[in-house]
Amino acid sequence: MIDYLRNNSDLVLRAFSEHVALALIPVLIGVVVSLPLGYLAVRRAWLYQPIVTVSGVLYSIPSLALFVMLPVVIGTKVLSPLNIIVALAVYTVALLVRAVADALRSVDRSVTQAATAMGYRPLRRLVGVELPIALPVMLAGLRVATVANISLVSVGAIIGVGGLGALFTRGLQLRFAEPIVVGIVLSVLLAALCDTLIVLAQRYLTPWARFGGRT
Amino acid sequence: MNEDSYLFDPANWDWSAGQSIPQRLLEHLQFTAVALVIAAVIAIPIGLLIGHTNRGAFLAINIGNAGRSLPTFGLLALIVTLVGLGQLPLILALVVLAVPPMLTTTYAGLRAVDPAAVDSARGMGMRPWQVLLKAEVPIALPLIISGVRSAALQVVATATVAAYVGLGGLGRLLVDGLSLNQYDRVVAGAVLVALLAIVIDLIGGVVQRLVVSPGVSGRTTTRRILRSRIATPEKAGAA
Repeated sequence: MIDYLRNNSDLVLRAFSEHVALALIPVLIGVVVSLPLGYLAVRRAWLYQPIVTVSGVLYSIPSLALFVMLPVVIGTKVLSPLNIIVALAVYTVALLVRAVADALRSVDRSVTQAATAMGYRPLRRLVGVELPIALPVMLAGLRVATVANISLVSVGAIIGVGGLGALFTRGLQLRFAEPIVVGIVLSVLLAALCDTLIVLAQRYLTPWARFGGRT
Repeated sequence: MNEDSYLFDPANWDWSAGQSIPQRLLEHLQFTAVALVIAAVIAIPIGLLIGHTNRGAFLAINIGNAGRSLPTFGLLALIVTLVGLGQLPLILALVVLAVPPMLTTTYAGLRAVDPAAVDSARGMGMRPWQVLLKAEVPIALPLIISGVRSAALQVVATATVAAYVGLGGLGRLLVDGLSLNQYDRVVAGAVLVALLAIVIDLIGGVVQRLVVSPGVSGRTTTRRILRSRIATPEKAGAA
């Protein structure tokens, strides 16, 4: 396996960097889109059920189906990486909106009322009080979304854009297990790395949890 | 040829034809059902055992994490390359991918059961397996069923991808259409697979509402409780 890595290092490196980009850009888009949506779902209570239902429906669509339906719906080319990015962003938003909404709802009302009584305006209260308390649940959702994205990118190899999935299709075509094993190992390592980074970020951002404080 | 012509062509909906849409749908459902049943038979008892005794929690949590980080397409490709084409290795792959979510949510569901409920069950004289079946499982049922639902979605999606390595099912429409450049076939496959997944998830939701006892889901509304408390005081205690 090391030999394969050494002989095909440029292919593996290209596949890996493409994989990282295709997996993490949707996560960023997903975070940016889901935070206001989740906040809206909590502030306007009548929006919660529709948003959660639509998210559930979107999340249940199988990845390959979404990858090939998007060119029809939004007019991109089939072989464009934009398909993968938009599709994975849709999944990430669908997953995270629910996490953000539930996390914000779980914040104790007495805490938000105390903040308001202290003179916090809504925006400052959101950023300074509600988000930090809601952070663990949101980061848990982020971990699931990131790991799922990393796994789903390789499915895109079936339509030609798949990061490490290119190693899988190559192994299938050549009836050769080594590129596949390399691809699986790299994918799992990337997922473990991202998961660990998010856990570390959580520990850094919620120092009170370390000392047994209740969030 | 526009995108709908494959989906709406009546020749493709003929039951008797070998490669028609209903046949593909049936194949897809068969693989999904077989893989889910086998995975449930493996995952749920183990999850119940680990949750009830709280030993081996390490196993439950880490199998869940590992299963989620495995690239599904990679696992399929590996199994096919090592074992060869055929339905058995592919169903094996589907089972391997369906077990982790079911195991983890079954374990999590049992862990989330109120210890007071378990305590009172023991206090009533129930033996351990009775406590499990009569107290813990009914309370944990929503989470267990949600685990089966997410495993079902995982299996439907992976069975679609498995068409690339030779499995039948609706994924064949996608993959064949891609290789033949028949884009209407691809869209037909995508739409049908998406609809299948949505329908299966909805059915799972309905099952969840029907099977979970009303006392657990809290579905008895405040209005009903208040009304019964006014009309028949003794009923309120049983609500």
